[in-house]
Amino acid sequence: MADLRTNIGALELKNPVLTASGTFGYGEEFADFIDLNKLGGYIIKGTTLNPREGNPYPRMAETPSGMLNCVGLQNKGVQYLVDNIYPRIKDIDSNLIVNLSGSTVEDYAKAAEILDSLDGVKAIELNISCPNVKHGGMAFGTTTEGASQVVSAVRKAYNKTLIVKLSPNVTSISDIAKAVEASGADSVSLINTLMGMAIDAEKRKPLLSMVTGGLSGPCVKPVALRCVWQVKKAVKIPVIGLGGIMNATDAVEFMLAGADAIEIGTANFIDPSTTVKVIEGINEYLDRHNFKSVKEIVGALEV
Amino acid sequence: MKKQLKGLTVKSIEWLSEVHILLKLHDEANSMPEVVAGQFVEVKVENSQKTFLRRPISINFVDYKENDLWLLVAVVGDGTKHISELKVGEKVNVMMPLGNGFPISNSTEECLLVGGGVGIAPLLYLGKVLKDKGHKVTYLLGSRNAKGVMMMDEFKKYGDVLLTTEDGSLGEKGFVTNHSIWNNKKFSKIYVCGPTPMMKAVAKVATEKNTECYVSLENKMACGLGACLCCVTEDKNGHNRCVCTEGPVFNINELPWQI
Repeated sequence: MADLRTNIGALELKNPVLTASGTFGYGEEFADFIDLNKLGGYIIKGTTLNPREGNPYPRMAETPSGMLNCVGLQNKGVQYLVDNIYPRIKDIDSNLIVNLSGSTVEDYAKAAEILDSLDGVKAIELNISCPNVKHGGMAFGTTTEGASQVVSAVRKAYNKTLIVKLSPNVTSISDIAKAVEASGADSVSLINTLMGMAIDAEKRKPLLSMVTGGLSGPCVKPVALRCVWQVKKAVKIPVIGLGGIMNATDAVEFMLAGADAIEIGTANFIDPSTTVKVIEGINEYLDRHNFKSVKEIVGALEV
Repeated sequence: MKKQLKGLTVKSIEWLSEVHILLKLHDEANSMPEVVAGQFVEVKVENSQKTFLRRPISINFVDYKENDLWLLVAVVGDGTKHISELKVGEKVNVMMPLGNGFPISNSTEECLLVGGGVGIAPLLYLGKVLKDKGHKVTYLLGSRNAKGVMMMDEFKKYGDVLLTTEDGSLGEKGFVTNHSIWNNKKFSKIYVCGPTPMMKAVAKVATEKNTECYVSLENKMACGLGACLCCVTEDKNGHNRCVCTEGPVFNINELPWQI
């Protein structure tokens, strides 16, 4: 049994496996299938200051080896989370991380301040990369100025671990990563979905209500690996890798490319017990290759 | 009840029409979980280049004596085509039971179960449960033509079966809402599953007759667990509700259908 413990800034994880926001609800949806206490951390559904209904149906289109979604951050707002959901999930013996999104810098900061007061919330994952909202979201994450602005504001309002989730829909993801590092981020997670679209040729109609959506699943893994590899070289803060991880081998590949921890996303839809299987599989890999600690494989790619 | 992942074995697979299969899955290891009529399963599709997600399929019947799960599947796309190509003895990964089923009254009622196309699937088990609880079951099943009429011997076990076909080749000619039963009998509850235009038409009749009515929706779905929020339907108050966990069965009063 290798040592699976790792760190994201000041945050200690019992293993490097987290859940990707938007694919794991609030954790409790998966309690029938896995022991949530086994997770390194659980990043819950994207939350905004005010309630959002999200985008109209249809919000999802299947693609070869993946799917597109345009859910659009449907959630009941941060106060509902605090009053109704947080009490139910705060005692899970894992790290509760809230994915936070917003339309304005002020909204991000206000919501972050509310979350700062909750002992059970161990970190924020700042979503500046959602491709499915008209205002905010990815708009902040596609320029170094926008990213710096929102990260600086949240940094002032939030004292615990601040992870910033980056968009791959940019010219240089390394430049954005460097900008958020300079603005006070403790870590970056990448990648959010790749913007895409799907068409019904017979009907000459888009398959998504918003025409475009975010692509996820194994089809994005090569892009995500490349982004992690580039960003790891560009920043000193810990990097969290995600994008199409379906099993432990995929997870190990991300760590070899430079990820200190990983997130499991779309795979939760195919097998709701993927996270626990990946934890077991990483341990098996480490034992098989005689690594004592999971930290030894981070960036251990031999080029 | 607890949701679970099951490895089930294909016991039989039978084509009931040009596009419908009846798949009987057997659990060799454990007994079938308690199922509420109207719940569904998510079937994992193996070895497909195109199909990535599980396929949500309503529970047609649970045979607790044989420990079998029956799925009536319309073969409409790549995922269901792969399911239709399963061989007897092969293993299938099934997540179940999912969603909320049809509400059933404690006092004896006259129930009308209206189905169209593959939407007849959940009504078989619903009829059995209703009959077992002492309710009176009448099925009203619609199809384009006689070729699409399936599982009649099974439905007849649990209630009277009335049929409509669009071409008049079996039962009364027309849509389910054209059937003479609407003028001849009063029901205390109506359960509907089928194409959305059909469900809306029945909901309209139910509203006119002031009869409690439940419909089962089949929106495109990913997780089936209420996590991804892809399968939402807008309710009467303008809120997006998860079909997989808050449905698939809804009282028509909850929906914004123009009735």
